Amino acid sequence: MSALPCTIYISFTGALLALAAGRRSPGSARLVALVFALLAWGVALVAAFRFVPDAAGPVTLVDLPWIPQMGIRYHLAADGISLTLAVLTGLAATAGILFSWNVDKRTGEFFAFYLTLIGGVYGVFLSADAFLFFVLYEIAIVPKYFLIAIWGSTNREYGAMKLVLYSFAGSALVLAGLLWAYAAGGAHGFGVAELAQAAASFSHGQQVWMFALVFLGFAVLAGMFPFHTWAPTGHVAAPTAASMLLAGVVMKLGAYGCLRVAMPLFPLGFAFWQPMIFWLALIGIIYAGLVALVQEDFKFVIGYSSVSHMGFVLLGLAAANVRAASGAVLQMFSHGVIAGLLFAVVGRMVYDRTHTRKLADLRATALYKRMPFAAAVFVLAGMASMGMPGFSGFPAELTILVGTWQSAPWAAVLAAVGVLVAAAFTLRVIQVSFFGHDPVAEATVHPEPYAPVTLAEKCGAVLLLGATILIGIKPDLLLDLIRPALQAPFFQAVLKGGGL
Amino acid sequence: MSPNFPLLSLVVFAPWLGALALWFLPRLSPVTARILALAFSLSTLALSGLALCSFDPSAAGFQFSEQHAWISSLNVHYRLGLDGLSLILVLLTGVLGPLSILASWRQETNTRLMCMLFLLLQGAALGVFLALDFVPWFLFWELSLVPAYFLIRLWGGPGATRAAYQFVIYTVGGSAFMLLGFAGLFLATGTLDFTVLAGLAADGSLASKLSVLGGFWPTAVFFGVLLGLAVKVPLFPFHTWLPSAYAEAPTGASMFMTGVMSKMGVYGFLRILWPLFPASLHRFAPALVWLALGGVVFGAFAAMRQRDLKRMVAYSSVNHVSYCLLALFAVCALSRPNPEAATGALVGAILQIFNHGISAAALFFCVGVLESRAAGKRGIGDFGGVRSAAPLLAGLCGISMFSSLGLPGLNGFVGEFLIFRGVWGLVPWVAALSCLGLFATAFFLLTFWQRVFHGPRAGAAESSFPDLTGVETATLVPLVALMFAFGILPQLLTVLVNPLVSSWVAHLVLP
Amino acid sequence: MSFDYAGLFGALKPETALVVGALLVLGLDLSLLKGRSAGARRGAALFLGSAALMVAGWLVWVGPHGPVFGGVLVLDKFAQATRVGVLSLTLLAMGTASCNRAGRNPAELVAVMLFAAVGFTLMAAAQQLLVAFLSLELASLSLYILAGFDKSRPESAEAGLKYYLFGGMAAAFLLFGISLVYGLTGSIDLPVIAERLRSLPPSPLLMVALVMILVAFGFKAAAAPFHLWAPDVYEGAPTVAASLVASASKLAAFTFFTRMLWTGFYPVAGSISTAAVTPGWLAPLAAIAVLSMLIGNFGALAQQNVRRLLAYSAIAHSGVLMLGVMAAGDYGVGPLFFYASTYGIAALGAFAVVGVVEASGGCQKITDLAGLARRSPLLAGCLSVFILSLAGIPPLAGFFGKFSVFASALRLGGLAGPAGWLVVLAIALSAVALYYYLIVLKQALVEAPAEGAGKIAIPAAAEVALVAAAVLLVLLGVRPSLMLGLF
Repeated sequence: MSALPCTIYISFTGALLALAAGRRSPGSARLVALVFALLAWGVALVAAFRFVPDAAGPVTLVDLPWIPQMGIRYHLAADGISLTLAVLTGLAATAGILFSWNVDKRTGEFFAFYLTLIGGVYGVFLSADAFLFFVLYEIAIVPKYFLIAIWGSTNREYGAMKLVLYSFAGSALVLAGLLWAYAAGGAHGFGVAELAQAAASFSHGQQVWMFALVFLGFAVLAGMFPFHTWAPTGHVAAPTAASMLLAGVVMKLGAYGCLRVAMPLFPLGFAFWQPMIFWLALIGIIYAGLVALVQEDFKFVIGYSSVSHMGFVLLGLAAANVRAASGAVLQMFSHGVIAGLLFAVVGRMVYDRTHTRKLADLRATALYKRMPFAAAVFVLAGMASMGMPGFSGFPAELTILVGTWQSAPWAAVLAAVGVLVAAAFTLRVIQVSFFGHDPVAEATVHPEPYAPVTLAEKCGAVLLLGATILIGIKPDLLLDLIRPALQAPFFQAVLKGGGL
Repeated sequence: MSPNFPLLSLVVFAPWLGALALWFLPRLSPVTARILALAFSLSTLALSGLALCSFDPSAAGFQFSEQHAWISSLNVHYRLGLDGLSLILVLLTGVLGPLSILASWRQETNTRLMCMLFLLLQGAALGVFLALDFVPWFLFWELSLVPAYFLIRLWGGPGATRAAYQFVIYTVGGSAFMLLGFAGLFLATGTLDFTVLAGLAADGSLASKLSVLGGFWPTAVFFGVLLGLAVKVPLFPFHTWLPSAYAEAPTGASMFMTGVMSKMGVYGFLRILWPLFPASLHRFAPALVWLALGGVVFGAFAAMRQRDLKRMVAYSSVNHVSYCLLALFAVCALSRPNPEAATGALVGAILQIFNHGISAAALFFCVGVLESRAAGKRGIGDFGGVRSAAPLLAGLCGISMFSSLGLPGLNGFVGEFLIFRGVWGLVPWVAALSCLGLFATAFFLLTFWQRVFHGPRAGAAESSFPDLTGVETATLVPLVALMFAFGILPQLLTVLVNPLVSSWVAHLVLP
Repeated sequence: MSFDYAGLFGALKPETALVVGALLVLGLDLSLLKGRSAGARRGAALFLGSAALMVAGWLVWVGPHGPVFGGVLVLDKFAQATRVGVLSLTLLAMGTASCNRAGRNPAELVAVMLFAAVGFTLMAAAQQLLVAFLSLELASLSLYILAGFDKSRPESAEAGLKYYLFGGMAAAFLLFGISLVYGLTGSIDLPVIAERLRSLPPSPLLMVALVMILVAFGFKAAAAPFHLWAPDVYEGAPTVAASLVASASKLAAFTFFTRMLWTGFYPVAGSISTAAVTPGWLAPLAAIAVLSMLIGNFGALAQQNVRRLLAYSAIAHSGVLMLGVMAAGDYGVGPLFFYASTYGIAALGAFAVVGVVEASGGCQKITDLAGLARRSPLLAGCLSVFILSLAGIPPLAGFFGKFSVFASALRLGGLAGPAGWLVVLAIALSAVALYYYLIVLKQALVEAPAEGAGKIAIPAAAEVALVAAAVLLVLLGVRPSLMLGLF
């Protein structure tokens, strides 16, 4: 358990070594990256298995003074939520590396940026000091730019800049809010728990506006409507592994920030803005789903579907009870895996072979006949995305629905509509992309066969599918980690009610 | 049979094991694949036969129960159980599953995949009939959609894409609201187990717990669950997905869908909606009766107007299944105790479930045979005088039609008769109006019989029109045999459900 | 005023060392090295200059503390830190001067740089207005010469002239303001002035004096609306001069004026902590800060020339540094110093990279940096560190500088007053800034090199300087308490 901070160090070390290995050959860079990613994931998994929840709150891993002049400490702590998300990070990272096995341009740099990003993300999930949280959050921003700008596809420079500027703007808002809280609290320290204590005595007006700043900043990164437009553009522009990580894990940083920092620190502020958050989450679910329904670019459908699924996470957080929040965290995990699968199929399996993402082009080819493995994976991923029972999305959505019903039944009804919209656009994209039917084209055109599915792709797909099915059948594996964490005193002020 | 032997789990998962086996053997020849699939599919019949031997109809509650804790945070258990109603449906599935595979014997494209899909579908249907806790039940309910979708989409007719899409979206839409309803139920009661919830409803505490939700939400919960089930059956006016889906699907899939999948919806009404929400059902039953009546009459009249034989049979399905719901709603609308009529109606409904499955499947198969002989055409005007070209087909098809019509001596009669008698005792004018449905059904079936089988040889029958092959005969004959068996000896079925129905009627909650 | 000449001499040993060094450089060049190759002369001059700087730095370290010569100079922590800072920055700049192969007068260059360093170190410690003015002038004149040093380019001459004209005007303003203050208070010692101001009734003359001092401050710090010289000077001056202007000069200027304002004029500071703003010099300073941030960031967006972009970014950073000045009175100079010095290192580094690339074939437009990752990975890496530090991305020092300045400014009154709103504006504009910094990095790391652009060879001294600067930025970013702990 105390080895958990090693996930951060292993990732950063791996980044440097991958850069060096890239000088020798792309193959050695890939190998180094995979080994280090697996190592870090392994540490997270072992820690998750052995974890014994502490009713008082997160278990401290490291607590050293860092900048005493400002009361900043290098403080890492973990609870069930951090572990769940750390396991997700490792999984998404490993799968991403497997799906990037074919990158051969500046490979060392690619994996260096990738592992830096991952190290930063691990760190954010383990931080217990708001300054450290913020630093690691920002460290993750620059690699994103370069991953997209150098190795991306459509509109990559625009997409990269938009994504990074939105992320940075979000983090700027968070910085403003946190600094304000720090200053108003007497500038004693930046520990999350400390700030929460100090904030308890802030006036209603102060809490309202501090919450607004911090929550908004995190929500931008989580893709909350109407600040979500960076997500489809950025994810479409990004190379496959980056999209998998960005949609799968980095968006969760925002939601995690909302849950870990914004909500518990400023419960009065949260109570004030709660109706608005409900509305924005619901609009995000339904609106993004409807937009996905009419997209003509394969990857854009997946991009918008990410926004829609993150809407569920925000809905669960907005409902403000333990059950809904635990559903939200489970949905974070579930969507992380599913988004990884979807982007992997679209980007790596389909685009790298067919060189088109236009649904109109794919419609004319009965792709399932030429890429049966990809079709099967995509169908399963689509089922998971629709929230079919047996996959991880179902227990997450059910828990969120029950929890939301507890706070706002009408929101639950709208969320059910969102489930229907998700089914509609998922089914449509499956149908049009893989099972398109043009007998004329099929009879006349005899194209050469596509490159076969590589072992790396198969491993990555199996890994992700296995995860979503495992959690779909045994969600308790994660829920038993998440629920006790949410029942800690730290969350009590904001997660009212909703026991078991 | 040792009490701990997971017979029911085996019943449910044996077909899935078969699908898995097929997946791991990619180099099987089509014939071997079909035979393997058939074998696994027949396992259901074999295993349910075993269950039948040790089944005790008069025992209250569920037999062969299995229960394991599953998702503790939502108090969800993996629970399977068998009573008379589920046994009948399992037997029906056990019969129709292998027959659907037999009906697709001549399919050469992607045979292995098709067999896998049929097995997956069969397993899912069995799961629906045997699960007694919402999450596993919902799992099987939703999972049944996936193989059905692919069966329609990949081997269906020209309009298959749209039909399959509509079918899934409608059902998922209904399911989403059913999920919502159960989320509310869980919130109010803390359990998702059907029997526990039924127990709570029986002593009135479910309603009071639900009222915690406040406002109109308890009724919303009821409507959510109703909607999910109504789309599946389908109950008029949520039936619009059905004609295209059944018509575009390949023959074997249509047989299974009409025979088993629509019964999943009726089963849901009997197992879930009625025991959990007796008061709400009673309140809305008068309106629902009208909807069921609409389905009866509209289904029959719409069938009358069809030129496409398969669509005709599809609309007729709407008509026949609506009888079951009509009976149920009529019983629920009771204000004064009338055990005789109620018992009659309910037994009739259950019989109708089984018998319609048999006769509709047979009809679809016959249309499938006609279609295959006529190179894909299946309009009513595309045939003539088939009787002289294929007398065996004509004979067996005729029997199926008359069974569907409700001719005494065949299985269709008993169920319909009991329903009519029961409903007449409960809401006479509704029974009178549904006679219109009877007349319309008679009209179009006889028209079908006359135009296609009688008269001079015309259309496809002019050129070579081979009679039933061995496999085709093997598909139809069991169905026809069952039609006769249960027509002459309906007590073979009623003995399984009589005590159950009596206990339902005895516990009818009346205002 | 006590005439403790021994003490004065002891305190001024570093400056002496620098002057001696300058004279030595000049002398040696005129005598012994006459006729030797340009490379040898340059090498010798740089070596001597660096030695002089290092000796001076050591002398500062071991030198005395406290007031000197009756308060004419004060060697407190702030002053000592600034002196070490400017000497280090000048040393780094000297390292990068080795790129300037075409320079015909290396000894003069080094000598003038040393004189400028003398001016900076005196500015850091000055507590009496005359000495302050003298040191400012010494530094400024040296910088004017440096700006116009490259006689082969008319832009350099233009830069020198513009800098001189603007600077002269600003010096005049400062002198006039100082005179007014003397007239009002009767003293030129900052502590005494503060005493006298406390009992002085508010008068328009005092306002005028303050405004004039602020004008000079604005000019020296390249803050709007006194920034007009900066883009042209940064663009035209040789790289060494530009880097000194951007780094050491700014650090010294901020120390100088912070001390002047807070030690001397704190009674008339006013307050901007709450929305109820009391009149004083804090309010105009805030206005300058806002203008600088806005003009600097939005101006930089439009730039195609990399040096002008760095100039506008300097203007923007000055605006943020003003926030540090505003908070320095209540919460100490630590954040301000940290930010100013790390900004100096980063700006100097950026200019150094530009200089190296310049020496290999020109670097005026941003697109001239294209493909730097391919042409010289070391340069690209160092440039990334410098640019990201300027942008304020952790874990580099620039981030923490901004962070600590924001924190101390917010402590003035939260978001209730202009100080807080300025912080919010600064944070918002840093997102704008990230955009143009990423544009530069995009050219360097993402784009492919231009046709015919080959590998870049970096002179050894420059390499050492660049790496040292980058390492310093990373080190200070990860362990800011190394520097903050001094205060």
